[in-house]
Amino acid sequence: MEELGKKAMAGDMRAASRLIRNIEDNIPDTHKAIKHIFPHTGRAHVVGLTGAPGAGKSTITDELLMAIRKKNKTVGVLAVDPTSPFTGGALLGDRIRMLRHAEDPGVFIRSLATRGAMGGLSKAVGDGIHVLDVMGKDVIIVETVGVGQQEVDIINHAHTVIVVLVPGMGDDVQAIKAGLMEIADIFVINKADRDGAKKLYKETKNMIGMGKWTNGWEPPVLMIESVMEPHSFARSVAELNEKIEAHYQHLVDKNILADRAHRKVVTELNDALKAAILDPVLKKLMQDGEMEGMIAKLKTKETDPYSLAEAVALKYMKDI
Amino acid sequence: MFTPEVLEQSKTMKSKWEDEVKKIVAKNADQKPKWTTVSDLEIKRLYGPDDIKDMDFAKDIGYPGQYPFLRGNQATGYRGKYWTFRMFSGMGSAAETNARWHYLLQSGQTGLSTAFDFPTLMGYDTDSPKARGECGKCGVAIDTIEDFQTLIKGIPLGKISTSMTINPPATILWAMYCASAQMAGIGLDEIAGTIQNDMLKEFIAQKTLMCPPDPSVKLISDTVEFGTKYVPKWNTISISGYHIREAGATAVQELAFTLRDGMEYVEDVIKRKGLHVDQFAPRLSFFFNSHIDFFEEIAKLRAARRIWAKAMRERYNSQDQRSWWMRFHTQTAGCSLTAQQPYNNVIRTATEALAAVLGGTQSLHTNSLDEVLCLPSEHAVQIALRTQQIIAEETGVVNTIDPLAGSYFIEALTNEMEEKAWDYIHKIDEMGGMVAAIERGFPQMEISDAAYSFQRQIDSCEKIMIGVNKYCTEDKVEIPFLEIDETTEKEQIERLTAVKRKRDSRHVADCLKDIKTACEKGENVMPYCIEAVKAMATVQEICDVYREVYGEYRDPGIY
Amino acid sequence: MSERRIRILLAKPGLDGHDRGAKVLARAFRDAGFEVIYTGCHQTPEQIVGAALQEDVDMVGLSCLSGAHTYLFPAVTKLLKEQEADDIVVVGGGIIPDFDMQAMYDAGLKAIFTPGATLDSICDWIRENIQPRE
Repeated sequence: MEELGKKAMAGDMRAASRLIRNIEDNIPDTHKAIKHIFPHTGRAHVVGLTGAPGAGKSTITDELLMAIRKKNKTVGVLAVDPTSPFTGGALLGDRIRMLRHAEDPGVFIRSLATRGAMGGLSKAVGDGIHVLDVMGKDVIIVETVGVGQQEVDIINHAHTVIVVLVPGMGDDVQAIKAGLMEIADIFVINKADRDGAKKLYKETKNMIGMGKWTNGWEPPVLMIESVMEPHSFARSVAELNEKIEAHYQHLVDKNILADRAHRKVVTELNDALKAAILDPVLKKLMQDGEMEGMIAKLKTKETDPYSLAEAVALKYMKDI
Repeated sequence: MFTPEVLEQSKTMKSKWEDEVKKIVAKNADQKPKWTTVSDLEIKRLYGPDDIKDMDFAKDIGYPGQYPFLRGNQATGYRGKYWTFRMFSGMGSAAETNARWHYLLQSGQTGLSTAFDFPTLMGYDTDSPKARGECGKCGVAIDTIEDFQTLIKGIPLGKISTSMTINPPATILWAMYCASAQMAGIGLDEIAGTIQNDMLKEFIAQKTLMCPPDPSVKLISDTVEFGTKYVPKWNTISISGYHIREAGATAVQELAFTLRDGMEYVEDVIKRKGLHVDQFAPRLSFFFNSHIDFFEEIAKLRAARRIWAKAMRERYNSQDQRSWWMRFHTQTAGCSLTAQQPYNNVIRTATEALAAVLGGTQSLHTNSLDEVLCLPSEHAVQIALRTQQIIAEETGVVNTIDPLAGSYFIEALTNEMEEKAWDYIHKIDEMGGMVAAIERGFPQMEISDAAYSFQRQIDSCEKIMIGVNKYCTEDKVEIPFLEIDETTEKEQIERLTAVKRKRDSRHVADCLKDIKTACEKGENVMPYCIEAVKAMATVQEICDVYREVYGEYRDPGIY
Repeated sequence: MSERRIRILLAKPGLDGHDRGAKVLARAFRDAGFEVIYTGCHQTPEQIVGAALQEDVDMVGLSCLSGAHTYLFPAVTKLLKEQEADDIVVVGGGIIPDFDMQAMYDAGLKAIFTPGATLDSICDWIRENIQPRE
């Protein structure tokens, strides 16, 4: 497993992909590889792209890749799509919009399924970012599922968060809970040739005006028109790339990079702790049949979930 | 439609009949609970006067040659002229295809129809790396006008109409046809034919794609304008539903999306070229599928005529009745044929052809039994052609016009399909038109859903395909196979290289530059295309100009 | 608890745009619990192999109805072999005449699904024959 980590660091694309796979599939000992690469992470600029389904995120990512490559930077993309809650399968349909880059060795696109995780991301994204980072990618783009108002997870992983809105899709700013609006570093109004674009733009600007934007970065609102006009689309997305770079520079200049890293690290630690502490306990409860017993008691209302959990905690954690 | 007395009588008799049915079914249940068309339209056990009682005879049914043309565009029907026997055909090199064309003409075909290979369809030359392995495999390879001249050798261009199934590069292939006519001393006002040239259905279904929707529609408008002015006998668009159906759409979806595509083109030409609808609408033509459900197809085609007539007169204020006519070519459904027990396909094609004729088609292609597996052999294509000829000369269905009119079932089904089609049309209107709907992925999703549902129904035997999920046999039937081998590609590349060597490259470059300027300025590209093909510019060279100016279309990948 | 999932790449090499079958298969695979990446039409063998390697798939499904499979399918298996990735199972479908089948198997394809194969039978075949690659 460590071998995989080493190979990924050397830029071996297949080792990196296999490592991400092992993370996704929860293969035991995968964390050995992560241990190996973790100290070398932190170089890449991580950009999160979020927005409702149909907002056009993948199409924008595809064009962003062109813009980034023109500046001779290398890119990794983690494109997340929802796992079907009924079948466990997934249609990973983002790659199909980024086919132009299939033969570019400077671009690595990896599709991931959420596998039941909430928050628009898959559990593997956090470590997946590390893998792409140590491969040497300058920029890592994470495209979330975009379930509407829940994709705030991205903020824990990205330096720059882009929120993509589309006129006429119920993206009225009032309808969007504060959460989504707060996490954005850049707003994009996509398909801006549609009716309602100007209204959406105004509302977004108003919302920004009303908010308290700490750290001196007022999120810009960019309008991007239809991809069916390829030349103007390319120009607008190139402008978006400029803003992305400007934001990163801003983080560097104001020394806020560390804040973003802080958020990520806290999340990772929490996740790792949960995995280390909770998973083995759950596993044991299931193996011993205790889990079933607890469930039965709850069904007959003999007891409540909290009492049961407290009892388990008491049993397994001596020092608390 | 019926007097109150008749309706009362019918009500009583129907009630008696229903009781009888209940008694019998109680002891002997129906074979299945629901009976539907292949497109899942539910069909009743029986139709009667009450199913069409609200129809207005004059407004809804009428007479052939009179608005809304439900019973046909022409007063005389097939007695004046049978539909054109037009077999879609193309294979390997231009020389091989030319030989097949002469064979078909000798066998009694009355119109030509060109199948091009994938590189040509997609606007690539045979020597392009993208074309590797594809030359001549599913149609004829055409790179330059020299190939085209070989293709039409011995064909009297002024006397026979030719259809060309070509979409993004339609301007170029049509330019080759026009140039060839001019070079043979035949006036452009004498040549007759059709170019498919329908990009909207490419985005929805067939996927031979090149440029985004808006410039694609612009190029189509160019051909319409050019044809209106200089090539009056030419149908510059064949607004197609065939491929939409083959991609998995239901009959109603095929009907609705095709007609709505037609409306989109009409609106675009009016807006972009400032033409009056009656200047070009008489030359719009359509292309439908004839699928396996016999009556559904007949009803569909009749509904199509009525919908189009209404749309032209009411939506676009057309005054010329020639604009109200829906003229269409039909092809029997490829997707209804099976690889298993291929001889069964002869019967399928025959019933589908019959449906198309009873639906009043102006032109017909019948699939060969082996087309599920390969390009049709001479023997197979002869059977397919004979199918049409037998229908025309032996079955008697041509004796009378629209024989099924007045049938309770057919009129009710026609009404139902028209109503459902209008629902779709209005929905697309609300989205902002077909281009907007395509950008949203609406028709693509509808088709994907229908295709998936159909496959599930076949897998579960809810729908039957003989030889596939019922009456299957293990034995393999040996049928002769038409093979196109690798020498075709090699020889075609040699021909192309020779042309490139002998032509005046500077002149070609100038012609390509003229096309580019015309595109940038929004001028009509046709005259420049004709000049360019005469100078021996290749299909790809001109398409590359379009790609450069308009950008390439990126499929949003909706499924 | 390991949750290995079968990952499949579905692609249409060459210029053929008839994607009804491929799209139906993509949905069926999703419904069968696989993770499927459909890369659409008009793919070159190089693009398909590049995607397969980046996505670390267990199987590549190729669909071709234009007759060009004789060149395209072996081109894909050859490239995979060159990349030392020929443990990725390659299967094909579309319009593949009987007399071409042996050549396809010789080129390295493990199965050709002919018209009439039910969606369930294809998914069953995958479950029986595809192991997530170690």
